[in-house]
Amino acid sequence: MTVTLIVLGLYLSLLLGVALGSHRLFRGTGEDWFLATRTIGPLLLLGSLFGTHMTAFSLLGASGEAYHRGVGVFALMASSSAVVVPLVFFLLGPRVWRLGRRNGYVTQVDLVRDRWGSSALGTALFVALVLLLVPYLLIGVKGGGITLREITGGAAPEWLGSALLCLIVLVYVWAGGARGTAWANALQTVVFTLLGGLAFWVVVGKAGGLGAALDRVAAERPDLLVPGAAIRPLELASYMLVPLSVATFPHLFLHWLTARDERTFRLPIVAYPVGVAAVWLPSVMLGVLGAVQVPGLEGPASSSVLVRMIRDHAGDALSGLLAAGVFAAVMSSLDSQSLALSSLFTRGVVRHYAGPEPGPRREVLLGRLFAAGVLGVALLLSLVVDRSIFRMGIWSFSGFTALAPLIFAAVWWRRATRAGAWCCLVTAMAAWLAFLLRSWDEPGYTVGGGGLMPVAVMLALSAAALVVGSLLSRPPAAERLARFFPAEEETP
Amino acid sequence: MKGWGPLAVGIALLCLLHADLWWWNDLRLVAGVPASLLYHLAYCAVAAVAMGALVRRRWPRG
Repeated sequence: MTVTLIVLGLYLSLLLGVALGSHRLFRGTGEDWFLATRTIGPLLLLGSLFGTHMTAFSLLGASGEAYHRGVGVFALMASSSAVVVPLVFFLLGPRVWRLGRRNGYVTQVDLVRDRWGSSALGTALFVALVLLLVPYLLIGVKGGGITLREITGGAAPEWLGSALLCLIVLVYVWAGGARGTAWANALQTVVFTLLGGLAFWVVVGKAGGLGAALDRVAAERPDLLVPGAAIRPLELASYMLVPLSVATFPHLFLHWLTARDERTFRLPIVAYPVGVAAVWLPSVMLGVLGAVQVPGLEGPASSSVLVRMIRDHAGDALSGLLAAGVFAAVMSSLDSQSLALSSLFTRGVVRHYAGPEPGPRREVLLGRLFAAGVLGVALLLSLVVDRSIFRMGIWSFSGFTALAPLIFAAVWWRRATRAGAWCCLVTAMAAWLAFLLRSWDEPGYTVGGGGLMPVAVMLALSAAALVVGSLLSRPPAAERLARFFPAEEETP
Repeated sequence: MKGWGPLAVGIALLCLLHADLWWWNDLRLVAGVPASLLYHLAYCAVAAVAMGALVRRRWPRG
């Protein structure tokens, strides 16, 4: 175990070194801290977007869900994301980047406030985004705790791993801002993608090869090799909507704005589907193999199956390395989420209501303290919430998906009005809260019990509210629209 | 929105093909991998090609 912890410690030191090293390039401005002065190139953008999006959900959550429901989990979230996520990047990324550069936006709150000329609407969106980010943060915080607990055979309590993770992330986000986060994410993306494959190779090798491992699954748990045993067609179809959440993730929005130019988006759009498959395949397969190798994990306990498999099959040093891969996936999201929280608070609340008086240094400090506070809340919640990582992720993503029509309308639909935007926001959040309360004690809840996921209803309601509210109110002023939809502009 | 027709149809088709219900209960292993899983891996590769086409044909000039 000592060797395992030394290897893990070395990785964390390397990560801190890379992120803190980027601080030497810090230009001392708010725009540099939040957006790296919009200098990020294609490879770094791919690394930061991908690293931010792939989190404990994609490793611990995916394997934990596959443990119970089999290979169909890949179709639920991986292959659906392979189409929907790059499509959203294509439709929103360049447009948002262009508007952000032209009008000085840093967050969605800036965009929405300006698009519909409503301070209160922006503030309401800020509250909604923070509320939705908390369960998302919980995924990472719990993931870190589970990893350290399992890799030490229970010697380190879960809260210790969670707290350690939060502390490391805060240190390098605090120092490095957007540039440090992008560098750290690029490193971590390479680490968790390679090590995920390595973990799969090691575990399958110990099981006598893929053929032998799957033969055992076919003999003991054949239901895990066919999606139809645990997933209904309507469920599969409605899961296709969940990845639309990337349209509203504040941490991805922030990374879009760090791009050097619009062409920078091309590589991430094309490479994304392959990257998603590369990360999710080992996770799902390890979950399926874990069902026969480590049987008996009930409910949320299955979130730890991947780390247990690593601990049981790899030597001490390799265990440390593979645990570092899991930490990398978790931290590469937590850091961007912390940065996004910081920017949302700084720009969406402090700058907006207090004006420029506090000064850029104080603004950044307030943003950092806010991010630390929200992470602290997530840490405390992680001690009492015992839902599976996959389920918490789906709930968070569903809320973000319900808000997606708001962002699409902001940059694509001229006729969308302030009233429509309010209707969309209120409906999305009301539906999210109603479904959350309805299904809290029923993990496999679907609407009417027929397989339809709540996200489909939430999205339909919020989109309908946006359209009806907009069509029943006066169109936006032409001069405001001209700032968002210039006649000469050619966009995707 | 000019020229979007064929691409929109292609994207809609890609989304429809995600629901591979025809072997939803098929236990066969193809190339050593469950049939549905192999299909979805190939689906990801096709998605990458489709995104390449989208970027090449619909990216703004200038």
